[in-house]
Amino acid sequence: MEFFWISIAGLCTVAILSFLYSDNPLYKVAEHFFVGIAAGYVVCAEFYNVFLPNLWRPLTSGSDYWLIIPLILGIALFTRFSDELGWISRWPMSVIIGTYSGLAVIGFASGDMVLQVQASLIPVFEPATISTFSSEPSVLNFLQIFRNPLFTLGLICVLFYFFFSVEHKGGLRHIATTGTTLLMIGFGAGYGYTVMTRIALLFDRFYFLFVEWLKIAA
Amino acid sequence: MKREIPILITLVFGVFMIVQFFIPHPAVNDIANRLQNWAIIVISFSYVLGSANILRINGELVYRRAPGWPYKLVLVIAFFTMATPGLILGIAEGSWTNDRLFTFTYVPLASTMYASLAFYIASAAFRAFRVRTWQASVLAITALIVMLGRIPVSHFIWQDLPGIVDWIMGVPNAVAQRGILIGAALGAIATGLKVILGIERSYLGRE
Amino acid sequence: MANTTLQKLEKLDRRWVFLAMAIAVAAPLFFKLGLAPKTTPPVKAFYDYIEQLPPGSRVLCSFDYDPGSKAELNPMCVSVLRHIMLKGHKPVILTLWSTAPALIERNINEVCRDEFGKQYGVDYVYLGLKEGREAVMVAMGKSIRSTFPTDFYGTPLDNLPLMNGVENYSSFALLINVSAGYPGTKEYVQYVTSRFAIPMLSGSSAVSVPEYSAYFQSGQLRGLLTGITGAAEYEALIGKPGLAITAMDGQTMGHFVIIFFILFGNLIFFINRRSKGRA
Repeated sequence: MEFFWISIAGLCTVAILSFLYSDNPLYKVAEHFFVGIAAGYVVCAEFYNVFLPNLWRPLTSGSDYWLIIPLILGIALFTRFSDELGWISRWPMSVIIGTYSGLAVIGFASGDMVLQVQASLIPVFEPATISTFSSEPSVLNFLQIFRNPLFTLGLICVLFYFFFSVEHKGGLRHIATTGTTLLMIGFGAGYGYTVMTRIALLFDRFYFLFVEWLKIAA
Repeated sequence: MKREIPILITLVFGVFMIVQFFIPHPAVNDIANRLQNWAIIVISFSYVLGSANILRINGELVYRRAPGWPYKLVLVIAFFTMATPGLILGIAEGSWTNDRLFTFTYVPLASTMYASLAFYIASAAFRAFRVRTWQASVLAITALIVMLGRIPVSHFIWQDLPGIVDWIMGVPNAVAQRGILIGAALGAIATGLKVILGIERSYLGRE
Repeated sequence: MANTTLQKLEKLDRRWVFLAMAIAVAAPLFFKLGLAPKTTPPVKAFYDYIEQLPPGSRVLCSFDYDPGSKAELNPMCVSVLRHIMLKGHKPVILTLWSTAPALIERNINEVCRDEFGKQYGVDYVYLGLKEGREAVMVAMGKSIRSTFPTDFYGTPLDNLPLMNGVENYSSFALLINVSAGYPGTKEYVQYVTSRFAIPMLSGSSAVSVPEYSAYFQSGQLRGLLTGITGAAEYEALIGKPGLAITAMDGQTMGHFVIIFFILFGNLIFFINRRSKGRA
């Protein structure tokens, strides 16, 4: 029985990979099956993890009658399917939009802006890095000399690149270009790490196919 | 009624989310906590709405025998194959939906869907990753160093390579990301305030 | 003649590229190389932070990923649970991703129950899923009980000894997040770590690592597991080799193939461009 189900998983894997050769009915069946299963699973997960514990049980046990409000708002979302009553769904949408907008203002301000700026409030240059490099010359110690200048002046260059109220010409162009160069380093690192993720996922699939299913590799 | 009440709801919820941070009084906290729990419930409904919408659109296509309807039928059948036993028997370990359907269909399908991107990234590396400008070459060189430096044989290639990658990630990359984070934070704060104050209303639609 | 071959190569059917990629990544399954990575500072910091916690510390774990990113993050999730168990800490686990509950539950049962023989409710608790993303994160800062009235199995939190006295983030020594994206590490950093003053470690999909490096540098993250390589380093540190270390051979080959394609693609491009210029 177990092998039957593992074979189903194997066929699902092969069906999706078959798209690499060309689009075909097997892939389309797998693709639609995937969406259907995912949609069905989400409904079950929400039912058992939110609807029952956070809404239904407290409401029916009488511990919190105020929950009738989110229940009505939740049901009101489904008026989107109606042309005449669709406007009612704006009310629950506003609950979601209002909550997240308010949370985002504080979250981005306290978590991202303040602390990230604070982390760059350091001396522009750290003389100790020079003496470290002099006593122990190495590539890494040489690179460390640029640490503080990059975190302070480099950050200003990156931020200036995003500042479009002034035209980037003359001397200012060099500041923006330095910012762009740093951004390119960031994007290059991003590309390298994206490759890492994709290959990890692919290896996992091959591991499943050849080791767990077909058992032709150890 | 159709626009004013939603704007008012957005204002009340948005303001309480901000006020609770600045005024940590129990009364404010209680109201904010209640509003947050309501939002959690409403969001949960929105996920069910999303699933219902997929079902409605595909169900209609099957009913009208639109082109490709057999595939849509597969989707509808898959939905009920998961949702019906899932809602009746549960989705915890030991249930058929979890141990069989989820583990042996959803997991391999989702994993392979994302894994196949590795092939396209390889294809793009060969056919589209062109170093036409010096800035593109900075990107390419960084990518090559990072890819080489993050594999177990990196120190055989050059002893300092792993350390250089650590430096790239910890200094120039962190500087670039910090610039993006600060810029995005300013944008998010401004947009959030515009939404709460009713200046930005595009989420309400046209009428 | 040579130029014609190069021009043809530039328009090579991408399925040959796919085949090369498949062979490179799959081959190490048949011919093992046995590669293992060296520890990097973010991973060492992650390991050290858990090591220095007093035994029996309550740790809040939010495992936020789905089957699509299982390959990278499941080994991390398993290793984190193993490390926590080895040190005698007590994890309270939750997820914010709607397709995650079953994956997480399996890991918890495999490690906490089957491998270490720990008792549910006393040594570990699984709260399950809560939809609501940032709203859930902030709501837990006020009251975990009102956000999670019951655990994953429908048991009220009052009936679970480990949850006695747990009110909000202040009841935990540490927050660990294993995240594939939104909602995940970025949101916990923004909405939780500074606001509720709880130290945080992150295990992240490699795609997000460049962004999270800024958080690690600023001290908002105390440690960072960087994709599958980070997971492999961590497995080596806790002395429990698993799937991440196994993956290192295929990972290495895959990286080499991509590097080859970038260099070879550009070489052909420049040779063809030069010959077109001459013509």
